[in-house]
Amino acid sequence: MGRGWAIAVHGGAGVDPNVPLHRQEEAKLLLARCLNLGVSALRSSLPAIDVVELVVRELESDPLFNSGRGSALTEKGTVEMEASIMDGPRRKCGAVSGVTTVKNPVSLARLVMEKSPHSYLAFAGAEEFARQQSVEMVDNEYFITEENKGMLKLAQEANTIIFDYRTPITALETCGTSVDNSLMMNGLPISVYAPETVGCVVVDSEGRCAAATSTGGLMNKMSGRIGDSPLIGSGTYACNLCGVSCTGEGEAIIRGTLARDVAAVMEYKGLGLQEAVDFVVKERLDEGGKAGIIAVSRDGDVACGFNSNGMFRGFASENGFMEVAIWN
Amino acid sequence: MGWAIALHGGAGDIPLSLPPERRLPREACLRHCLQVGVHALKSKKSPLDVVELVVQELENNPNFNAGRGSVLTTNGTVEMEACIVDGKTMRCGAVSGLKTVVNPIYLARLVMEKTPHIYLGFEGAEAFAREQGVETVDASHFITPENVERLKQAREANRVQIDYNAQPVQKDMKREELIPDGDSQIGTVGCVAVDNEGNLAAATSTGGLVNKMVGRIGDTPIIGAGTYANSLCAVSATGKGEAIIRGTVARDVAALMEFKGMSLEQAAALVVGDRVPKGNVGLIAVSATGEVTMPFNTTGMFRACATEDGHSEIAIWDS
Repeated sequence: MGRGWAIAVHGGAGVDPNVPLHRQEEAKLLLARCLNLGVSALRSSLPAIDVVELVVRELESDPLFNSGRGSALTEKGTVEMEASIMDGPRRKCGAVSGVTTVKNPVSLARLVMEKSPHSYLAFAGAEEFARQQSVEMVDNEYFITEENKGMLKLAQEANTIIFDYRTPITALETCGTSVDNSLMMNGLPISVYAPETVGCVVVDSEGRCAAATSTGGLMNKMSGRIGDSPLIGSGTYACNLCGVSCTGEGEAIIRGTLARDVAAVMEYKGLGLQEAVDFVVKERLDEGGKAGIIAVSRDGDVACGFNSNGMFRGFASENGFMEVAIWN
Repeated sequence: MGWAIALHGGAGDIPLSLPPERRLPREACLRHCLQVGVHALKSKKSPLDVVELVVQELENNPNFNAGRGSVLTTNGTVEMEACIVDGKTMRCGAVSGLKTVVNPIYLARLVMEKTPHIYLGFEGAEAFAREQGVETVDASHFITPENVERLKQAREANRVQIDYNAQPVQKDMKREELIPDGDSQIGTVGCVAVDNEGNLAAATSTGGLVNKMVGRIGDTPIIGAGTYANSLCAVSATGKGEAIIRGTVARDVAALMEFKGMSLEQAAALVVGDRVPKGNVGLIAVSATGEVTMPFNTTGMFRACATEDGHSEIAIWDS
């Protein structure tokens, strides 16, 4: 038995300091709604693995963050989504990449884990498996928002890979020399910022941990690009000790094997959960690599760490603690 | 301190009765590739170049499950994957779902050096290959008659075969006669190397599993699972991909050295002994100080190694 349930959600690390207030409010409301959904499920004694899937589905279905509907676009203007899920007690896992018509990629990842002999399916094969499993499918157009079309156009004009965020015009005055801020859309300059990947980690009242992560990847990414989110040990990891979901600069997260390393330093160095998260953020990211981590332990602890400017995040635990935050 | 190199051609249930006509060509290939690697290290090539060179040689040899000789998906197609990591800079490149690229490991190297990304898959990776002008051939080039036969048998047995798994054969002696090589599978390939200055690199390449689902990604291209290198060690793993992913095998060898102060040999032995069920994994690893280890918990692993102090070994089963 564990010492009580706990849940954490995120909507990406690295937030533009000038993000409009109304968008901050929208993000907080969404995070709170997802937390409440997870909390109700935990109170109904759903196992951790079901709860992380449920919560990430909700985040995917809402267009606000970069996963499912609202995903960033490839250089071709299409959506290619990826997701992974891991069940701590059995260390079972499932992952998908290059998904283009599956409404909820995290649920397809769950099916790969439960119904296939493999742990990772991608592109046409993943789509074929989705059809076999009769999951809900939609046109690729469903995932594409007008906002993201505009972002892609600007990214292509600037010939750069950009993360999907924009800042109000004041950013130009504060960072007028930055090349990033010379991009404009609807009178708003754009800067290179967080991909707003989503994730959820849960420990249930029996001490079982699980983690799930889902993303549309980078704006203007090459078709076929795979990031950290579907990679077990990088974007997502769970074992009998903890559940971990990471977000931020995918390539830095992969090099640092961030999610596994949180668990590894608990296992091999005996660190506590928050210590482990802090250690990994400080020691395992290469110079300049920006990322954020949420984690829960089987003891019911919840932890968060990031070296980026802010992280969309929320936490709740059985003892009544609940928090939704963006900044440090 | 000194240079060291190790390479593998897959771990699995390799029957001790493997007939000479199946064993000797592979031993010859391992010997040849080891010589290529040793010569390159002596010529002061960087470990990154050495592991790429050796894995290209292994890919070009149809006796192993990588490049030409790759096993087939359930649709009868080839989908290859590969990964390369430079320990010093922690730069890495990976590819999956390749159908026409002659040397997947070379494309992984190009992803590492010529894109802002680490990992490209399927159509996007193929498009990138064309853009870079790398050598491509018709997909049929990779398909050998042996692998067509293997797929047929796997389909009859209605199962996904893992490297060297001979179980259906044991159940049915008649079927054994049909199996062209008696070991039913040929393995993933990999190479790890370290130079006199302690620079490390790792590379792995594979065709995956016989009768795998289209789109299946295994451990090979996943940094920290099938392939990993940093400033302490370089690791390439082989065996049942799904178990290797769950065990984060390659990273854990490095993590045990880093966080528990273990030696290379202790760390590798613990990972193979404790983190992956018996019968599922083998790995090769070298450390910055020139140590080599090649543990496995399967019946055997095609493997070879050499170090600057004159040690050299080519083996399949426990010695």
